[in-house]
Amino acid sequence: MSQLLTIAASEGENPLIPPIPELVIGLIAFVIVFGFLAKKLLPNINKVLEERREAIEGGIEKAEAAQTEAQSVLEQYKAQLAEARHEAARLRQEAQEQGATLIAEMRAEGQRQREEIIAAGHAQIQADRKAAASALRQDVGKLATELAGKLVGESLEDHARQSRVIDRFLDELDDKATKAEATR
Amino acid sequence: MSADPTQVLAFDTDCHIFDGCGFAEVSPGLHSFLFQPLLGDGDSNLYFNKTMLLALLGSIIIVGFFWAAFRRPQVVPGKLQMVAEAGYDFIRRGVVYETIGKKEGEKYVPLVVSLFFFVWMMNLWSIIPVAQFPVTSIIAYPMVLALLVYILWVSLTFKRHGFVGFWKNVTGYDKSLGAVLPLAMLIELFSNLLIRPFTHAVRLFANMFAGHTLLLLFTIASWYLLNGVGIAYASVSFVMVIVMTAFELFIQALQAYVFVLLTCTYIQGALAEHH
Repeated sequence: MSQLLTIAASEGENPLIPPIPELVIGLIAFVIVFGFLAKKLLPNINKVLEERREAIEGGIEKAEAAQTEAQSVLEQYKAQLAEARHEAARLRQEAQEQGATLIAEMRAEGQRQREEIIAAGHAQIQADRKAAASALRQDVGKLATELAGKLVGESLEDHARQSRVIDRFLDELDDKATKAEATR
Repeated sequence: MSADPTQVLAFDTDCHIFDGCGFAEVSPGLHSFLFQPLLGDGDSNLYFNKTMLLALLGSIIIVGFFWAAFRRPQVVPGKLQMVAEAGYDFIRRGVVYETIGKKEGEKYVPLVVSLFFFVWMMNLWSIIPVAQFPVTSIIAYPMVLALLVYILWVSLTFKRHGFVGFWKNVTGYDKSLGAVLPLAMLIELFSNLLIRPFTHAVRLFANMFAGHTLLLLFTIASWYLLNGVGIAYASVSFVMVIVMTAFELFIQALQAYVFVLLTCTYIQGALAEHH
């Protein structure tokens, strides 16, 4: 060992002293690696990495766009739903109102018809009464005249008709009756 | 550089313990780091040896790997591209962005990535069968790399801070130090300009040198002890070979990482505003 070391030392082989040819070869070897990597291969991969990053970002953007669209559609749908509910409520309200007015109208109509019928009845009764009264008056007059004629012995019919005595008498009776009613 | 003429490879001999053969005759040493030139004359400066072959071959392997991975990269990566991207991204984000920052660091990413994979590959030769020699255990290779980083650091500091700023940066000029300022400046000057590039290279070199020596030691010892009762010791030694190989695998990656991390720290120091 020591023999070898002395031989090595005598030849000036210090491991810390670089042999020039190896320096040159080392430089060449490194320059080969650096040249290929820096000029061609790393720019290549950088371009692709950039593309990939963009692709991923594009994907994210797309997803975001889809999300926004879904959100807006959902909102639209919700708004439509609310509107529909509102509309339904309005229609129900309207129907209720219409029903109420219809009922009121029918009630009023019924009232009116009833009143009409009553009024017609009243008028009929009035007319009947009047007819009856006038018929009665005529009959009473005729009977009274005949009676008087029989008592007197002559016909007073024409005379009585002309003088209207009977009518006057009957009017007086009427008046009395009305007055009696009024005082009562 | 000529290889030691008395160099013996342990397996070339039948030298075993109890055979009257001393371990000194086969033990590893400085001669283990010297090789007979494959081409040319070892005495002149025109020769080509195993280390140079491994260095160039390593470069070709790195370029080949990245060529296969990144020549036509896909947005949706294949397996090879994914592995290469993981390595690239580890250095880019984990080292460069962490130390220099994303904005300023982007420019130095190719350099640092090249440095890392180059150093790692040169270290890896240590445990690749047949080659089994770390190129970085020859000081010339780490030195070239450290020198490149040193030149970059000096020129960046000059560019960024100007002449006066350069010296202020290099000497760590800080008025608040008061009386010790001259001493501090002297120490900083030595540290930054002379010691730092030296340690940058030697740290890598020494680690790989020691690692290779350890592997050699246990491997040769396993062979040397393979005689009689020595076989029991040889088996222990052989287990150590395996353990050390695994350990070297870790150290190789770690030293490559440390080398580029320091590179980034130096660049960052050159770009930083002086305080």
